[in-house]
Amino acid sequence: MNRDKIKVIVSKVGLDGHDRGAKVVATLLKEAGMEVVYLGMYQTPEGVIRAAIDEDADVIGLSYLSGEHLVYTPKIVNEMKKSGLNDVLLVVGGSFPPEDVPVMKEMGVDEVFRGGSLTKSIVDYIKKNAREKG
Amino acid sequence: MAKTRSDSPEEMVQKLLAGDRRAAARTITLMENQSEKNNQVMKLVYPHAGKSMVIGLTGSGGSGKSSLINHLIRRYRDQGKRVGVVAVDPSSPFSGGALLGDRIRFQAHSMDDGVYIRSMGSRGYLGGLARSTSDVVRIMEAMGNDVVIVETLGAGQDEVDIIHVAQTCVLVLTPNMGDDIQAMKAGIMEIADIIVLNKADLDGAILCLRSLEATIQFAISQREDGWVSPLISTVASAAKTEDLQGINELMKTIRDHQEYLHESRAIDEVQAKRIEQELGLVFKDEVQKFIFKGLKGTGKKRQYIKAIFEGRTDPYSVVEEVLSTFLKVGAKVNETSGSKKHI
Ligand code: B12
Ligand SMILES: Nc1nc2c(ncn2[C@@H]2O[C@H](COP(=O)(O)OP(=O)(O)O)[C@@H](O)[C@H]2O)c(=O)[nH]1
Ligand SMILES: [Mg+2]
Repeated sequence: MNRDKIKVIVSKVGLDGHDRGAKVVATLLKEAGMEVVYLGMYQTPEGVIRAAIDEDADVIGLSYLSGEHLVYTPKIVNEMKKSGLNDVLLVVGGSFPPEDVPVMKEMGVDEVFRGGSLTKSIVDYIKKNAREKG
Repeated sequence: MAKTRSDSPEEMVQKLLAGDRRAAARTITLMENQSEKNNQVMKLVYPHAGKSMVIGLTGSGGSGKSSLINHLIRRYRDQGKRVGVVAVDPSSPFSGGALLGDRIRFQAHSMDDGVYIRSMGSRGYLGGLARSTSDVVRIMEAMGNDVVIVETLGAGQDEVDIIHVAQTCVLVLTPNMGDDIQAMKAGIMEIADIIVLNKADLDGAILCLRSLEATIQFAISQREDGWVSPLISTVASAAKTEDLQGINELMKTIRDHQEYLHESRAIDEVQAKRIEQELGLVFKDEVQKFIFKGLKGTGKKRQYIKAIFEGRTDPYSVVEEVLSTFLKVGAKVNETSGSKKHI
């Protein structure tokens, strides 16, 4: 089991205190054979990007349940561009209205998983796309 | 895979020496993946490594290693030192995945350019570290970090590999470990240069400290070098900063141990032991790679397995035979093996 693992940063930015979903997803991805760096809550966009750089992540996963997704996502996308992370996959999950999904995709999010998403769909998507960007 | 990571080893190492964090990160990934480029990379890294102070923290998961390291980073940064951290967590033997959670405790340093933190899964390697951890420490040294701190995965077993990597080895215990301490003390206490009783705020800390003192006296008497491992009690996490305890003392004790190493010249022996360990690992890997490469496509491996299965020989005799042919006429075996083809 030495070779090439998909590396994922799972984090939450802002003041949202709902961490259950992020933990569930982190564990899920670990069980699917990925290496998951769990950053936990209250991160800044800059801190998430720095972690993604130093850890050589393939994927950044963010979880939002308090309506801050449209505030922080553009900041994350912007920081990723500034740091040249154009080959890193950006996925977002959590609780938000369906009409915000295309808005986030327009911003540059690669895929969005709303509450109730099947865990298999999350794993399959990341496995398929983690190395395809850039 | 669309990812373009085609930099040559020369380019990667040049960039990481110049402080390019992404280049460093990608080089470390190569090491973790045991890639083909590794030898070339390490040859280029090695001349720039070996000038840092390397500190190891070991102890059960949850004992407070990461929390302590968080404070150490702050203190070394206050002294103007650059700090690298390698934190190892266990990989799942079933899925091969890993949950790397140490970084949560290092949040305060997430934007500090003088700090480089890397998490790694053990990927099935035993001894408390990953196979590539010692190489990653070398890379962090070459990056110009004055201090490199290594956190072992913390399964609570005999995680003794850390002594081959770190100059100063800190063992972290807690009052609520109960019988774990008993189980642990045998091997691991002797290797610790500093013993920390963390979570000294918990009930039973004083009692635990007393019984540890007795245990340590025995462990110390087993040491050959004459260093007397100090016992320090700490509180690495508290609601109020004024309730933190023992961090300065830990810093001072690490400094004392480093001074002892340098004044007694024991540092030379520590460095030599580390090189011996590295050499052993590289030898093992390379010889194995060389032999498997030679056997590839010859069908020999299957023949050997069959012969052992049928009781005509045993693994020890096979390896002896293989070694004697390969190591004497290695080049020749390589030549002929390409022509035979059957599986
Ligand atoms: C449990 C819960 C809590 C718990 C949180 C415990 C914890 N540590 O997480 C507690 C009780 C603490 C709590 C508190 C509050 N909550 Co609350 N809470 C919920 C609740 C009922 C369930 C959330 C949950 O854990 N779901 C289970 C997980 C597994 O699901 P999930 O997070 O959606 O994750 C799935 C997907 O979204 C996706 N996913 C999620 N993250 C990620 C990340 C990646 C990378 C990927 C790929 C996928 C992915 O995958 C998961 C599996 O499918 C929701 C309602 C709801 N149905 O969502 C409200 C809800 C989120 N809470 C809400 C509110 C308002 C609050 C409070 C403000 C209430 C109050 N007035 O005090 C506080 C604020 C807390 C804070 N500091 O932020 C609102 C938020 C409304 C909004 N969007 O603005 C909700 C939507 C309820 C509602 N309908 O009003 N809450
Ligand atoms: N009460 C108490 N809790 C602590 C102390 N140090 C760390 N912890 C807590 O112990 C848990 C594990 O700490 P962590 O540093 O992650 O341990 P590690 O697994 O050894 O790296 C965390 O919840 C910390 O907040 C301490 O001195 N006292
Ligand atoms: Mg830890």
